[in-house]
Amino acid sequence: MGSGGVVSARWAVVVFPGSNCDQDFVHAVRDVLEREVVEVWHKDAVPEDVDCIAIPGGFSYGDYLRAGSLAAMSPVMRSVKEHAAKGTLIIGVCNGFQVLCEAGLLPGALMKNASLRFRCMDVYLRTARNGSPFTDGFLKEGDVIRIPMAHGYGNYYVPADQAEAAGRQTLFAYSDADGGVEVGTNPNGSVMNIAGVTNERGNVLGMMPHPERAVEYLVGGTDGLNILKAMDANAVKTGAGA
Amino acid sequence: MTTIEITPAIVAEHGLTPKEYDRILEVLGREPTITELGVFSVMWSEHCSYKHTRRHLATLPTKGPAVLHGPGENAGAVDIGEGWACVFKIESHNHPSAVEPYEGAATGVGGILRDIFAMGARPVALLDPLRFGPPGEGRNSHFIQGVVKGIADYGNCIGVPVLGGELSIDPCYTDNCLVNVMAVGVAKHEELMTANARGTGNPLVYYGNATGRDGTHGATFASKELSEESEEDRGCVQVGDPFMGKKILEATLELIRSGKIIALQDMGAAGLTCSSTEMASKGGLGLHMDLDKVPQRAANLSAYELLLSESQERMLAVVSPENLEVVEGILAKWDLGAHVVGHTTDTDRFVVEHRGAVVADIPLQTICNELVWPDEVEAVASPPETRDWRDCGTGDFDWAEVLKTALASPHFASKRWIHEQYDHQVQTNTVVRPGVGAGVIRVRGWKGLLAMTTDGNGLWCMLDPYEGTKCVTAEAARNLVACGARPVAVTNNLNFGSPRKPAGAWQLQESVRGLGDACRALGTPVTGGNVSLYNESPRMAVFPTPVIGMIGVIDDPAHLTAAAFRSEGDAVFLIGPAATHAGGSKILRDRTGVIPGPALRIDMDVEKNVQETVLELIREGLLTAAADVAEGGLLVTLAEMALNSRGGLGATVNPPSGVDAGAWLLSEEPSRFVVTCRAGNVAGLMLRCEGRGARFAQIGTVASGHLEMQGLARISLSEMRASWETAL
Repeated sequence: MGSGGVVSARWAVVVFPGSNCDQDFVHAVRDVLEREVVEVWHKDAVPEDVDCIAIPGGFSYGDYLRAGSLAAMSPVMRSVKEHAAKGTLIIGVCNGFQVLCEAGLLPGALMKNASLRFRCMDVYLRTARNGSPFTDGFLKEGDVIRIPMAHGYGNYYVPADQAEAAGRQTLFAYSDADGGVEVGTNPNGSVMNIAGVTNERGNVLGMMPHPERAVEYLVGGTDGLNILKAMDANAVKTGAGA
Repeated sequence: MTTIEITPAIVAEHGLTPKEYDRILEVLGREPTITELGVFSVMWSEHCSYKHTRRHLATLPTKGPAVLHGPGENAGAVDIGEGWACVFKIESHNHPSAVEPYEGAATGVGGILRDIFAMGARPVALLDPLRFGPPGEGRNSHFIQGVVKGIADYGNCIGVPVLGGELSIDPCYTDNCLVNVMAVGVAKHEELMTANARGTGNPLVYYGNATGRDGTHGATFASKELSEESEEDRGCVQVGDPFMGKKILEATLELIRSGKIIALQDMGAAGLTCSSTEMASKGGLGLHMDLDKVPQRAANLSAYELLLSESQERMLAVVSPENLEVVEGILAKWDLGAHVVGHTTDTDRFVVEHRGAVVADIPLQTICNELVWPDEVEAVASPPETRDWRDCGTGDFDWAEVLKTALASPHFASKRWIHEQYDHQVQTNTVVRPGVGAGVIRVRGWKGLLAMTTDGNGLWCMLDPYEGTKCVTAEAARNLVACGARPVAVTNNLNFGSPRKPAGAWQLQESVRGLGDACRALGTPVTGGNVSLYNESPRMAVFPTPVIGMIGVIDDPAHLTAAAFRSEGDAVFLIGPAATHAGGSKILRDRTGVIPGPALRIDMDVEKNVQETVLELIREGLLTAAADVAEGGLLVTLAEMALNSRGGLGATVNPPSGVDAGAWLLSEEPSRFVVTCRAGNVAGLMLRCEGRGARFAQIGTVASGHLEMQGLARISLSEMRASWETAL
């Protein structure tokens, strides 16, 4: 709903069979952010003219074989990779994070939680750095947000030789309410408490907690809205999708 | 194909009585084939026919201005305003879970969700009332963990949040755990679908999973007592596939929204047989079915197996021929095949062909509606042996220890361990998370909030099934009122022992009578439910345990009230009758192992008045918190309001003089709420209670950091929390 000549971002939400957070994302973008959003079925391609892409949570293809592995090979992912290459902002949440790792768009992999159990709870995330289009203008280094997580396979792992790079690319780390990042604030065993990590270029973000579930006071708070707003503002600013 | 001779032993194995078999011979005018025998066996099982309970269930109030669809459909539906409907139902998977807890529970979730979306409603919430024997004894922990994981894995994957339920522990559930699941969905009125077939020559479209041998004869299995041999019944337990469940959910809603479907039913108990014949029966039609068209995932399935298999995630739709192509297209989008397995006829016969031969030819209305009523078992009043609560040692209780022990017991302990395994926020509508009174969600596009709860209490109903069931029903309504909702309608799951025994027959009859009386008094019609009988082993029967599922509406989201202390200095009131005894106390039951008497009694006029009073106080913005007093009495209610508070609030309360501390703290007598209000609203609260003739007593004040019952005990919040949070 851009006005005064400001162009607003166009969003796409990818839908796989088994996705179950796709409508939550559509709701967050369309009804809360008030932006145009297209739902893209897994057999189709993401339109060329979108600025932001969300790969939602859920159990794509039932998570058979390995979480996210079948979705990573579905037809729609060819267009997602093309978008990644040209700089479109892409966020994968929960199962979407797993899909992006399986597709090779993000480093590392997600293993079963260290507790071996599915966990659904609110977590605190410390913003790890400045200079990311997923946070700039809305969150700065050290800022803490509280948003929900819900997963059984969120234990992020990178091999030792990629750990330093992953550390640099970390955008969110599991912390306490004051931003303290320690073993006790790690809900799933992720290496270096990594909750969200970008690719080297910085235009693809994967995170296990759900920003789209924290966009309204009535149901989970509004901390997650910062991430969607940052994407929305920065995608158009950089003109990545144009 | 070899012909199997029907012997009396085979008839008995099918759970059919000689009287029922004679009726089959009479109806057919010949001996049935083995396939026909199987069809009669499942259709006349308690699970499908309600033959032992139908005459009782017929007495329940099922009508009301809000009721859109009552019992008889896949699920009940009520109007919640502005053109929206709430579709909800509860179902049990007790017997499968007692044999294979993980799959038993998972398929229970899948089955009840299919009932909801078959009505055209999108499932928005699950509640899981569970009952087990004490963890740590025997295989109980194995059952608890398996059931919780089964519910979690199915619910999480299909993307429906678990918003409530119970974990109730008593030795009577050791041999027969109770695994009930309630599902709630929403739809616009015009989106609702029914299971009434219409028109002849209309194809029956089968979609979803292929048919295998799993679950053959589950309905008959669920209508038998469990025995040592039940392990051999493992083949009766079905296996769930939540990914397929999700695909048929989305495909079904798309089919219904397309307007191209005449009738729809999921293949649940008794599979293809029950789903097809029920739809045809409602439309006064016959059926012709060709089993060779049924997709099969095992080789050489017999007609018997194909008709009775309870393989999961299968749906059956009645479609008119000209719409077949559109239906095929929608299913193809979800990578699902549309298999035409038969069509409706005008013959009133259920004719089944397999490999070129007619394997069944039965009058359709007979299998659906013409039951052979079982011989009546004389109901004999059988109250249990009890011990008066005064003889349970309350005079010597150290109340701090009593509370800490209770909070550390699995029955009262924090259920966070369970709730964390459920994705309770998917769909992003969760307003009140599980673990704090009723579950509450918003419905996008609708102004109100939807509240839901399940309640059961085997101990109360064991003491007196009539009064106990009334008390349980009232408690469910109080749970809704406490969060600011007006109760709207009821679904029920009757978990009982054998109805073929005089005591069981009495418990069932009295309990249903209590449910009816309570629902009439509360103005909450019963829109459906489920019956699970024979929950007994050679060693023991479960306490009679009707579980009440109830939904309510919070008309204005501003009325949402939490069962948690909010601000230091708030006044704490007890609204409702004074406590007179501690009979039925869960705490006394757990401490002594006996059944503490006397039974609870409820005056429904008082109950209704207290509920209306509290709802009025909430709507006028006078309350800062409200909770109903139930299991664990005032003691546990106050502790939970403290433990659920933010910022570590407790209370200081003063026992009234001249009242026994045991009765005051432990009484589970009905019609009582603990509420809090700001100091400035005390007069307003009292005036309104006086005006309505509702008894009230100011019992104390919200305090920081501790719960003190003056002269009896003082416990710090951190001590309570340590007991409460580390038990499970």
